[in-house]
Amino acid sequence: MTAEAGAHATLRAVTRTYPGARPVHALGPIDLDLMRGEFFSVVGPSGCGKSTLLDVLAGLSEPTSGEITFEGKPVRGVPDGIGVVFQEDASFPWLSVRDNVAFGLRRMGTDPAEITRRVDYAIGFMGLKDFAHSYPAQLSGGMRQRVCIARTLVLQPRLILLDEPFGALDQQTRLLMGDELLRLWRETSATVLLITHALDEAAMLSDRVGVMSARPGVFIDLVQTNWPRDRDSRIVAEAEFGAVTGRLWGSLRAESMKAIGRAG
Amino acid sequence: MTRLFDSLAIVAGILLLWTGVFEYAGDSAITGPLQTFRFAANLLGRADFWQHAQATLSAFGYALAISAVAGIALGLILGLHRFSGDVAEPMLASLYTIPKVTLYPLMLLVFGLGVSAKVAFGVIHGMIPVILFTLSAVKNIPQVLLRTAKALHLTPMQTATHLLAPAVLPEIISGLRIGFALTFLGVLIGEMFASQRGLGFLIINGINSHDVKRTTAVILIVITASVAANGALLALDRRAHH
Repeated sequence: MTAEAGAHATLRAVTRTYPGARPVHALGPIDLDLMRGEFFSVVGPSGCGKSTLLDVLAGLSEPTSGEITFEGKPVRGVPDGIGVVFQEDASFPWLSVRDNVAFGLRRMGTDPAEITRRVDYAIGFMGLKDFAHSYPAQLSGGMRQRVCIARTLVLQPRLILLDEPFGALDQQTRLLMGDELLRLWRETSATVLLITHALDEAAMLSDRVGVMSARPGVFIDLVQTNWPRDRDSRIVAEAEFGAVTGRLWGSLRAESMKAIGRAG
Repeated sequence: MTRLFDSLAIVAGILLLWTGVFEYAGDSAITGPLQTFRFAANLLGRADFWQHAQATLSAFGYALAISAVAGIALGLILGLHRFSGDVAEPMLASLYTIPKVTLYPLMLLVFGLGVSAKVAFGVIHGMIPVILFTLSAVKNIPQVLLRTAKALHLTPMQTATHLLAPAVLPEIISGLRIGFALTFLGVLIGEMFASQRGLGFLIINGINSHDVKRTTAVILIVITASVAANGALLALDRRAHH
């Protein structure tokens, strides 16, 4: 048990198989301790089960076998304290930015003064102040993803799960959104798990990066980065950054070739 | 400013075309714009015209209510039940394309002369687009919205009222707009063929008794009213679609 003292969430022998005429073994077995307050990224070839991993950890779907805990309690349904940001645009087109951000708190019946305070903070933090009364259709993809992050942020999650949130954005925007994410992580002291297909993103943002194999996804490498806590995207200029990305690609290359149907 | 100009240009174009047809066909087929406006204003002041308008509007009201309520209900059911939706959608789409006017004699035999045949004829025109729009709205709700509902701990009731309803509403309004126009068309056709009352009857009756003035004036009133109604619905539609 002492080994798990600092663990915020744990996965033990977790697998997920999609039932059907030809069942698909998508994930696992996965063993992982997410340490409290760390920034952990998962990279892997497309279709390796990265998103499935996020789904079962978030309690959005149940694992076929294995045990998942969050803050010491088994995960059944989405636990309080976990916030999720999806890859697809999940902003509500019929609500203004402000109402989008306040949505979750209003459904929970939070005190209106408290809602105003938290929503003001999240909108300011994500740089949405000038767009508070705009509708998602009037915003760029990057801004809409900020809205979704702000909507999660107001719930004050202690574990934030992000499923390729910047996948649809251009490279420069992704780097800047990465900075925002680091700032958010420092400010909230939350634990962050980021699913991404971008090696540079994983290398720049994370304390640790888990490399997954082709389907069924299992961890084949865990890379520790040793970046300072107050890092930002300028880290990409450092020699060590190249070393980390190089190691990630070294672990991943053969798996990615399997995923596109060529022998390693 | 440009929209005002566009509208004025369209009105001017229509008046020009109208005058052209009038010059070509003469007053045994159509009356000119000015004369028609004058006669239409006169008609609008007469009680018997409003009795006919009343007959049309009440038949249209019933037909629209049935098209909307039954259409949305069926669309929701078919959209939520994937298999029935997949079976029903192509059938409805082909039903939508058949010339329904050929069914009218049958409907008269079934419903008899009078208001119920008109209502039924309005419904078979107007209900199908409402079903199809509602069905596709429900089928095309992004999965990520449902996952978001789970992630935000919404109850099933909250998911339905705060997420599903607003997500499908814009498409349903579009369906109702199309359904509105087609229901009106159905009711008018119904009145033209077998009715002693209503605006459709006034038009056909005017033609049979060579009352060109009246026919043209009623057509003008009907067109103006439906363009205005459609404009209002279109504005609502645009607002809903952000």
